[in-house]
Amino acid sequence: MKIVTASPIPSLVAPFTINEVLKLLPWLAAAALPLVLPGYEPLATQVFVMILFALSLDLLVGYAGIVTLGHAGLFGVGGYTAGILSVHGFTDPIFTALCAMVLAAVTGLAFGVAILRTKGLTLLMLTMASAFLLYEIANKATSLTGGEDGLQGVSFAPVLGLFEFDFRGKTAFFYTLVALFFVFVFVRAMIHSPFGWSLRGIRENDARMVAIGCPIMRRRLIVYVISAALAGLAGALQAQSTQFVALYSLSFELSGNILIMLILGGSGRLYGAFVGVPVFMFAQDLLAKQDPANWFLGQGIVLIVMVTLAPGGVLGVAERTIDAIKQRRKA
Amino acid sequence: MDTAMLETRGLSCTFGSNLVIADVNFTLRPGERRALIGPNGAGKTTFINLLTGRLRPWTGNVLLNGVDITDLDEARRIRLGIGRTFQITSLFPRMTVRENVFLAVAECEGIAGNLLRSVLSYGRQVARADELLHRVSLSDVGHVPAQLLPYGRQRLLEIAIALALRPKILLLDEPAAGIPTAESHIILDILATLPNEIAVLLIDHDMDLVFRFAQQISVLVQGSILVEGAPSDIAADQRVREVYLGDNKHGRPAAA
Repeated sequence: MKIVTASPIPSLVAPFTINEVLKLLPWLAAAALPLVLPGYEPLATQVFVMILFALSLDLLVGYAGIVTLGHAGLFGVGGYTAGILSVHGFTDPIFTALCAMVLAAVTGLAFGVAILRTKGLTLLMLTMASAFLLYEIANKATSLTGGEDGLQGVSFAPVLGLFEFDFRGKTAFFYTLVALFFVFVFVRAMIHSPFGWSLRGIRENDARMVAIGCPIMRRRLIVYVISAALAGLAGALQAQSTQFVALYSLSFELSGNILIMLILGGSGRLYGAFVGVPVFMFAQDLLAKQDPANWFLGQGIVLIVMVTLAPGGVLGVAERTIDAIKQRRKA
Repeated sequence: MDTAMLETRGLSCTFGSNLVIADVNFTLRPGERRALIGPNGAGKTTFINLLTGRLRPWTGNVLLNGVDITDLDEARRIRLGIGRTFQITSLFPRMTVRENVFLAVAECEGIAGNLLRSVLSYGRQVARADELLHRVSLSDVGHVPAQLLPYGRQRLLEIAIALALRPKILLLDEPAAGIPTAESHIILDILATLPNEIAVLLIDHDMDLVFRFAQQISVLVQGSILVEGAPSDIAADQRVREVYLGDNKHGRPAAA
């Protein structure tokens, strides 16, 4: 019989072993970035925001098996909530971020109730439709959102009343990094919980989950609402760090891009977002420099190659390579 | 006489214009060991699907302990204690054997909705999953993805998942299909360890297994119950031999 390797199972290592400490190193390295590469804070902040957004998407796509092409809708709701609140005088970053999460969660709940009863292509179409709906609302409500010009005059008070959002983007950098860390810890706990396992069960075989007594609609709705809240947080962080909210934050293009980033890194792997987002943004930068007019072509080719030759994304390739090396050593 | 635990009254089900289950009145009593046999296409699996709520009947009712559950959905009925296995193996293919069983334990014990505590902190439930694996002799492959198990062992995993739900009624849809005849006694051994008060309904084509297991047999032919009775009566029944057992193909089970 061939030697087996388990699919992405939660780590069985107890907390605070050397392994766990090693896993903190990337976070410390990220925090040290302003010392090593000064001037890159705004870019890194955008990467953190997108990682957080991709992480929220991974809960749906990678764990619950809900493929969506409308996740930007929830990101945008968060962004506009924070932005509009700040324009109207509510400028505390943490308060507005929480409001953004709540409103995105409520939006997710409303759409989720309607669309999660469906599956497959129907579900995919409905996720798109829900985001288009939000996009058009924001587009038409110009007095509130600024429409196509974007929301102007967004500015926020210092974080915790202490750290002002500076021109170099240092505050935004640490603020988003801390938020991302908390979200990561939360998501990691969730996927290792019985709830997280049951989501994978639903993804693997929803009919069987029903036959063990699982209320799958409720589970899917709960994860959809949680994911919506996290996407809303990402949107709020985007608004706070750039002091601007554009219609792009609700767009189909963003929904598609974030899905591509996740697939590129590897969905259902927790760390896929951390790999896929930087790879995508780096490649985008590189390709756009080569050929500003046609970089979409390059992006398309990279995606086709990845999906056909490397299912599971960068992390999938890494896992298989490590497995192969281990097997060769055993042999 | 004991009251019925699970009962159907005038149950009928159609697929298109075909009447697949026709006016079936059926009872299963606490602790009963009953087999449901019949030729291919008789409607046995359809009947189980009607009992578990996977399918809705055209007419008629399903009662659990005298309460009408016809309108309850499948998940609700499972939680009320109707467990089942599937004729066509239905597992969580890329999850490990242990994870497969734990999912069912978690649903049964009401912890599956818990969000933040790691699975590993649920020692009692993890231990129960391990104990179930031991019971069906799968302890050695707990870490293996279910899809990589040989088919016969997948059947055993299927049974472990059903048992994890602590069913009061267990519906086994051809549990021994795909298990070599020489090993089908494993199924019997597992069934023998079930608490007495659990009612079991077994569907199988392995007559040896059926006649060794069942105290009562119902014969389903073209969607209707042809005859019910003790194994010896069924084996001696001329109509059953004509429609089902054929020309001594399965031996003379009356001896069993």
